[in-house]
Amino acid sequence: MLQKRMTNLWVALILCIGSVVMLAPFVWTISTSLKDQRNVFEIPPKWIPDPATFKNYVTAWNDSPLLSGFMNSMIIVVFVLVIGIFVSTMAAYAFAKIDFPFKDAIFLSLLGTMMIPFSVVMIPQFIGFSRINWTDTLLPLIVPGLFGNIVVIFFLRQYLAGGLPNELVEAAKLDGSGFFRTFWTIALPVAKPAIAAQAALSFMGIWNDFMGPLIYLSSPQKQTIQVLIASMQSQYMGSSNYPVILAASIISMIPVILVFFFCQRYFIESMAISGLKG
Amino acid sequence: MKKRKPSYIRKEYIWAYLFVAAPVLGFLIFGVAPLLYSAWLSFTSWDLVTPPEFVGFENYVEVFHDEKVYKSLYNTVFMMLGIPIGMVVALLLAIMMNRPLKGISYLRTIYYLPVISPIIAVSLLWQWILNQDFGLLNQTMWSWFGIEGPNWLGDASWIKPSMILMGVWGGVGGTMVLYLAGLQSISSTYYEAAEVDGANAFQKLWLITIPLLTNIHFFVIVMGVIGAFQSFSQIYVLAGDGGPEYSAATVVFYIFENAFKYFNMGYASAVAWVLGVIIFIVTLIQFRLSKKWVYND
Repeated sequence: MLQKRMTNLWVALILCIGSVVMLAPFVWTISTSLKDQRNVFEIPPKWIPDPATFKNYVTAWNDSPLLSGFMNSMIIVVFVLVIGIFVSTMAAYAFAKIDFPFKDAIFLSLLGTMMIPFSVVMIPQFIGFSRINWTDTLLPLIVPGLFGNIVVIFFLRQYLAGGLPNELVEAAKLDGSGFFRTFWTIALPVAKPAIAAQAALSFMGIWNDFMGPLIYLSSPQKQTIQVLIASMQSQYMGSSNYPVILAASIISMIPVILVFFFCQRYFIESMAISGLKG
Repeated sequence: MKKRKPSYIRKEYIWAYLFVAAPVLGFLIFGVAPLLYSAWLSFTSWDLVTPPEFVGFENYVEVFHDEKVYKSLYNTVFMMLGIPIGMVVALLLAIMMNRPLKGISYLRTIYYLPVISPIIAVSLLWQWILNQDFGLLNQTMWSWFGIEGPNWLGDASWIKPSMILMGVWGGVGGTMVLYLAGLQSISSTYYEAAEVDGANAFQKLWLITIPLLTNIHFFVIVMGVIGAFQSFSQIYVLAGDGGPEYSAATVVFYIFENAFKYFNMGYASAVAWVLGVIIFIVTLIQFRLSKKWVYND
């Protein structure tokens, strides 16, 4: 027993040291973002800024259309999450609970899209969207997401196949519930926790996406927060103004960190489940 | 004589098709169509301004003679060294985290934090940490050990290790969670039996834990390789021009440069197809090999 407690003590110690390593870059970033530019290059480095100032956050916010970047990212997230996940749940329900001709073939071809690297389709997609003059709008980032996402469909299908008893669906049918009503009143509530998990994951994916927005959006007012931050880099790094650029990147992290803290349970669960079953 | 299906079943079919219609349409519009278009583009020369010109296999011939293709492919594969490093660290972390310690969920959250953070923010933060003169890393090495650190991002031989370092730090939490889930599914009877046989901790790790997690090792490797082949954003931020001597450019970075900087749409498509085929073949090989080493209950 004593030996076991000693081991636990060592393990806790190692994990704590590790967590310091994991946190140090974040803490250092926050510290730098609160420094006056003159004090940034102090040697040896000071962890606690003296004097501390929020000036860099104000500069970052005012010098660049960060607010519109926030709004643009938010618009994409809301549309894709609400409509895309609803559409995915509908498809997942059909794949999980109804037998219809060519079901497996359709499902497998959808799964096949996961094999296509984005780099292969991004050029034709870009050309297609620019033909219909959708470049420099949010549409190329929203519209494809409205058709559902195969990873979400796959996850929800697995969930419904196991979590929604066939008897329940049959009973609803016998009671005269129509197809859509059965889906709405029985499948949807059952799938709620899985939907929440996928929504949390999708939020991250969309908020953090960079390459898509980078390709499509050129004018600063139309850009998402990630593209804005990346383009601020050239503006401020040239003058070695690290505090402002780091303040901006912290601003961009706030939404994901908030979502993470509120949906933590869903996150780690769905990461583990989709990982194991994927 | 063929019997007609009862009408309620046919009605159900129609509903089911309606329910899957959107993803199928999406698959055709945003998957199949671009794929075919891209295949055609790869046989053309097109700058988006003058009309596309059919050039046959010319692009592909050029791909195989293009030094930058080999270089970016080499860089991409080199940076995959981060996968085994990350796996070892993540497994050790998961084993330690699998103990009933107080406050373990806080620790888990801390290790997971980089996984959810936007890659652009993470890249900028590392740009500052890896700064040669004033970065935290070199400063700390100098003041603690008297070691003069390298020019991480400015030196052709150090930029790839920098990327690996950043990648391991950023990804280890995600892999750890997968391993943790795997560890919790291993029945304790195996360990009890091993203890009866007098196995030590290392033997238990090597002979029970690691083999019983093969499906997770497999998943992590496959997803890691696919992800590494597609890495782009961190390169764009940390080495906007491909890095010193183009030593950080990945294949996707090269495709991006060709398509959206030089507007060589045809050539970029050809490189993208070569990359796609490589990813496909490598994944296929991994699945074939997996039969030899992955256990499935």
